[in-house]
Amino acid sequence: MAIDMTQFLQTFYEESFEGLEIMEAELLNLDGGDASEDTINTIFRAAHSIKGGAGTFGLQEIAAFTHVMETLLDEVRDGKRDLCTDLINLLLRSADCVKAMMAASRDEEEYDVDEVESVQKSLRALIDNKTDTTAPTTPDADPAKGKVESSEVSYKISFIPLPNLLQTGNDPARLFNELDELGKLTIDVDHDAMPELVDLPVDECTLSWTLTLVTTEQPEVIRAVFDWVSDECELTISCDENEQPEPEQENATVESKEPSTTKVEPKPKEKSDKVKEQGSIRVGIDKVDSLINLVGELVITQSMLGQLGKDFAVERLEKLKDGLSQLERNTRELQENVMSIRMLPISFAFNRFPRLVHDLNQQLGKKIELKMTGEHTELDKTVLEKIVDPLVHLVRNSVDHGIETPAVRLKQGKPEIGTVELKAYHKGGSIIIEIRDDGAGLDTDRIHAKAVERGLIGSDEVLSEEQVYDLIFRPGFSTTEVVSDVSGRGVGMDVVKRNIRALSGVVDVKSVKNKGTIFTIRLPLTLAIMDGQLIQIGGHTYIIPLISIIESLQIKKELVNTITARASVYKLREDYIEIVPLYKIFGIEAMQTEIINGLLVVVEGDGKKVGLLVDDLLDQQQVVIKSLETNYKKVEGISGATILGDGTVAMILDIQGLIELAHRYEKIDDIKNNVSEVA
Amino acid sequence: MSIAQVVDKETSIDNNEDGNQFLSFFMADEEYGIDILRVQEIRGWDSVTKIPNTPDYIKGVINIRGTIVPIIDLRLKFKTDSAIYDKTTVVIVVGVKTDGKTRTMGMVVDAVSDVYSITQEQIKEAPNFGSVVKTEFVQGLATIDEKMLILLEIDMLLNSDDLSVINTAEKTD
Repeated sequence: MAIDMTQFLQTFYEESFEGLEIMEAELLNLDGGDASEDTINTIFRAAHSIKGGAGTFGLQEIAAFTHVMETLLDEVRDGKRDLCTDLINLLLRSADCVKAMMAASRDEEEYDVDEVESVQKSLRALIDNKTDTTAPTTPDADPAKGKVESSEVSYKISFIPLPNLLQTGNDPARLFNELDELGKLTIDVDHDAMPELVDLPVDECTLSWTLTLVTTEQPEVIRAVFDWVSDECELTISCDENEQPEPEQENATVESKEPSTTKVEPKPKEKSDKVKEQGSIRVGIDKVDSLINLVGELVITQSMLGQLGKDFAVERLEKLKDGLSQLERNTRELQENVMSIRMLPISFAFNRFPRLVHDLNQQLGKKIELKMTGEHTELDKTVLEKIVDPLVHLVRNSVDHGIETPAVRLKQGKPEIGTVELKAYHKGGSIIIEIRDDGAGLDTDRIHAKAVERGLIGSDEVLSEEQVYDLIFRPGFSTTEVVSDVSGRGVGMDVVKRNIRALSGVVDVKSVKNKGTIFTIRLPLTLAIMDGQLIQIGGHTYIIPLISIIESLQIKKELVNTITARASVYKLREDYIEIVPLYKIFGIEAMQTEIINGLLVVVEGDGKKVGLLVDDLLDQQQVVIKSLETNYKKVEGISGATILGDGTVAMILDIQGLIELAHRYEKIDDIKNNVSEVA
Repeated sequence: MSIAQVVDKETSIDNNEDGNQFLSFFMADEEYGIDILRVQEIRGWDSVTKIPNTPDYIKGVINIRGTIVPIIDLRLKFKTDSAIYDKTTVVIVVGVKTDGKTRTMGMVVDAVSDVYSITQEQIKEAPNFGSVVKTEFVQGLATIDEKMLILLEIDMLLNSDDLSVINTAEKTD
C-alpha cells in the first residue's frame, strides 16, 4: 500500500522551517543567558521533529545531520555538557546548514556540501571529544547515568508492538535498520501470537521481537529510535551485563500541534512547480469562524433583498434602502475580516534580526544591543515579504557603518554598547518602521565628497543637508573604502529605496553627527485596497491615493506665478509649489487648460509637494487595486488600475512617478522648443 | 467500448482533422489567422480606458470580469489605412505566452470570419520582404480555396517592442 508522500512534503518543509526558526530564536535566547530547561527542550524537540520527518520522507542527509545535532543537544539536556558561546554558534551554524539542505531539497537544487560537512565534522568532533574526556575520569562512577561509552555494552530489547502498529504507518524493518547502524544487531522473531495463515489479518502486526544490540551508544539513543512508535508498543530495554532492567514506557516526544490554528493550504501543486512567494498562511480558527458568521449574514441579507426584488412596490423603498445599507455593512465587515487574514505581525520580519546582529557583532568586533518594539504591529503578508530585504540592508548598514567600535565609542564618552532600535507602529493609514541607531551619524562632508568623486554631483554644487542625505539613495553610491561582505557594494540604498517605492512606501533619513541616524519607512497597510479620490480630466477619470493628498483648493488667480513663462508656481501660504498640468503630461485634452479656472490638488510624494491641475473632483471611495502588469507592463506615473462601480476601468496615479515624469516632460518640452526655435 | 478505444477515437479526431484549427479575421480586406486554442473570447468593440503616454495602437484597457486587459488595435499596429470602429469591429481576446506566464490581451480587428483546419503541409513560409514588411510575426501563409490566409505568431507579435514586459520598472528607474 503505497501512499503518495509528496503531498505531505510541502507541509513537512513548512513545519521544518518553522521549527528551525524556533530553534534559532531559542538558541539566541540561550546566548542571552537564559538557559532554562524549557528552552533547551524546545530546541531539542524542533531538531527531533525535523529528524523524524526527514527520515520519513527519505531525506537521509538531513536526517543524519540532525541526528548528530540531536545527540549533542541531548547531552546538553542531560546536563552533561555546558552551553558555551562556541557551542551555541556551532548549533546556529548547523541550523543554517539544515535550512540550506532543506531549501535545496525543496527546490531540487544543490546545497553547499563543504559547509555542511565541515559543520558536521565539528559537531562530531565535539561529541567524540566529550566521550574521550569524560570516559577515563568517571569510570563506572554512575552506572545509572549510562555505562562508559567507550566500551561496548550488550542490550536486550524486547519489542512487542500492538496490532495497530502498521496502521499508523510505522515499519519495524525501518526501526531495525536504524538500530543496526548503532552497533551489532541480532534479531529474534517471536511468532507465537501469529494466527494461522488463513486467518492472518494483513494490516495487523502479530509478531514481536527480541533484539540483542551490542553497541557503544547509551540506552537513551536506543530508546530514541523507538520514539515514533512508543505509543504503539511495549518496549523493554535492559542491559545484559548488570542485568538492570529499565522498563520504559516512553511518552511520545513528538510535538503536539496547537489546536487553535488551522491551515489554509494552497492547492496541491505540481512537483516541478516551485512555490516561492506564494506559500500558505496559518490562520487562527477564530478568524475563520468570524468569516463564516459574516458569510452567513451576507446570505441572509441577500435572500431578504431577493425577496424584496420579487414583488417590489414603491412603498417598500425604505425597506430596500435598509437592505442595501445592511449589505454595505456586511461587505465592509467581510472585507475587513478577509484583509485581516492576510495580516501578519511584523515580528515575522523582525525575528531574523537578533541573529543578524549577533553574527555581525562577532564578525565586526562590535558590541551592539538590538531593541525591538511593536513587533505585534500587523502588516499585509505581501508587504511584509517584500520589506524584509530592505530592512535587512538598513540594519546591516546601521551595524556596519553606523555604530562605532567599542574603543571609539568609549573615547567619545558614549556607552560602550551601541544600540540599534527597530520600531514599528501605526500612524494614520500607514505603518511606520523606524531603524534608529546611536552611532556616528551620516557624515555630510564625506557623502558630498564621495558624490563628487562618483560624478553624481558637480564639485561646486551646494546642497542642503536633506539633499545630501538623499545622495545615499542614488545608484552607485557607497562610501566605504573597503568592500566588505556586510555592506558597501554600492548597490544598497538605491535598491532599498526602489523596493520600498515598489510597495508605494517612502523612506526618509534623519541624522545628527555623533548622535545617530534614523531611517523611517512609511508603508501602506495593504496593497490590495486603498482610499482614493476620484478626479476628472477631460473625459477621463483618475484616482489619487487619498494618503498622498494634502489638500484640494480652488485656484486664486493672484496666487499663480509663472517662471520663464513655461512653469507655474502657486503660492500656498508660505510656500511656492509647482503646478503640474496633468493633461499635458498625459497628453489628453482637458476642459480646463487655463490654470486659473481649474482646481488644484496639493499632493506630496517623495517629500516634494506639488499641485496637480484637475478639471473636477468627484467622489472619494475605497478602490480595489488591480495591477496593470498582470497583462500589460508598468506605466510611468500610474501605479495600477481599478474597476469603478459602472464596470469601467480607472487609472490610479503614482504621485512620485508623476513628479519625475513631469520634470522629465519639461526637459523634453525644452528640447522640443529649442529645436523648433532653431528650425 | 473500452476506455482505450475511446481515447483512441478522441486522439484520432485530432489526427483526422490533421493539425490545427485557426480563427480567421479581416483587417483591411486581408485575411489573417491565429491558432484557435489561444483565443479566449470574442467580444464587440466597446469603449476603453486610455493609458497615458502609450503608442496610438494601444487603445487602452478594459475590464473583463475583474481583470484589467490591454487592448491593442492590430490595424493601427499594422498601419492599415482605415481603423474605424463600427458594428462589426470586434476584439479577439487571446492568451499570450511570455516567460512561462500567460497574459491576456485583446486585439481589435475589422471582423472575424471563419474557422479553418489547416495541416502543416498547407502552411508555406512567407517570403522575405526585407525591411518593407516585417515577417517575424508571420508564422506562414496558408492557401484555402484559392484564398491566402496570413497566419500570425501572436506570441511574437504581442511581445514585440512596445508591449514587451522586459523593459519594465527595472530599467526606467
